[in-house]
Amino acid sequence: MWQFFHKLGSPKWFYGIATRFMPWLLASGLLLLVAGIVWGLAFAPKDYLQGNSYRIIFIHVPAAFLAQSIYIMMAFSAVVTLVWRMKLADVFVKAVAPVGLVFTFLSLFTGAVWGKPTWGTWWVWDARLTSMLILLFLYGGVIALDRAINDEKSAARAVAVLVLVGVVNIPIIKYSVDWWNTLHQPATFKLTEKPSMAVEMWVPLVLAILGLYLLFGWLACLRMKTEILIREQRTRWVRDLVLAGGK
Amino acid sequence: MHPIRKKRLTIVLFLVAGLAIAVGLTTYALRQNINLFYDPTEIAAGNAPVDVRIRAGGMVEAGSVVRDTETLKVEFKVTDFSASVPVEYVGILPDLFAEGQGVVAMGRLNNEGVFVADQVLAKHDENYMPPEVADALEKSSKAQNKAADVDKAAETTAY
Repeated sequence: MWQFFHKLGSPKWFYGIATRFMPWLLASGLLLLVAGIVWGLAFAPKDYLQGNSYRIIFIHVPAAFLAQSIYIMMAFSAVVTLVWRMKLADVFVKAVAPVGLVFTFLSLFTGAVWGKPTWGTWWVWDARLTSMLILLFLYGGVIALDRAINDEKSAARAVAVLVLVGVVNIPIIKYSVDWWNTLHQPATFKLTEKPSMAVEMWVPLVLAILGLYLLFGWLACLRMKTEILIREQRTRWVRDLVLAGGK
Repeated sequence: MHPIRKKRLTIVLFLVAGLAIAVGLTTYALRQNINLFYDPTEIAAGNAPVDVRIRAGGMVEAGSVVRDTETLKVEFKVTDFSASVPVEYVGILPDLFAEGQGVVAMGRLNNEGVFVADQVLAKHDENYMPPEVADALEKSSKAQNKAADVDKAAETTAY
């Protein structure tokens, strides 16, 4: 197990593995996401209360799930950076932070668009919406801090500490709707019970969520590969790779 | 594990645990401020301040909505099934506003205990279903009620 863990730390090894997995991630991710979204937007039945306007859930929920999951993954990487000083963990944090920012923004934006016709307001300072906005600022802070420090190693450690400080926000986002009175409704998907949603609605939603996670995997590999090439540009294997035309 | 790594891991765990406790205590102390709205029970118990802009939230009590025929004025009661608060509002209500639905109203509580709202937001729950299923559910719950009524009637007529 430890051998695998140490191998994972080698940028060259990761570069090869990522190149092999990427087409599969892209194809399966696109397939599931397109299937889920088309099914959800065009074929799923409309809601008894909200009619067609609930359909934005097929974009809102996958984006919000991913926004939080990316942060949790970044937090695990931050622990690896601080304890094992593994370069690849920092490459991951640096590569996916902007992706997390975009998905957090997307979930806030689709939430606002959904809130206007259903609740009657674009924005309200309830615990769920506010904690999600804090997540957006955390992503922004991580990116800014990383850009602000020139030295690669100090940047990696500072960013890792910031990521770990912010991870407290994740359970707050998740449980805000249970701990406090909020305008946002509680979770439809629960860990222990079956979803409080009709089957013909939650199946396309789950497809869209899985598809987006796979696509995220593809994008993370792509961005990490770019970051590895920049960092390792002086090494022999990168030079050989470039001379061979990237094959 | 290498002793240095073990030490670093301990530091990291202490950092996260310490922060979690600090944030937990802070949010616990501020819980009343984080709550978006007061429930009818709190308002009825006099816990909500009078003549200060607050939010009140709960269900619109069935049969309590009275619309003015001349103006946009609406009166209704917000309930959490243990207490209810009368609300007055002048304006356009959101589409999802209906008896039995959740609402959050922003406004002031006056001295008579009436909540004068200047904004009413609709709250919906986490249940999504096709209209046919909702109809079927409603019918079956009505049928159950009817069955219960019949049982009751049978009991009372037995005497």
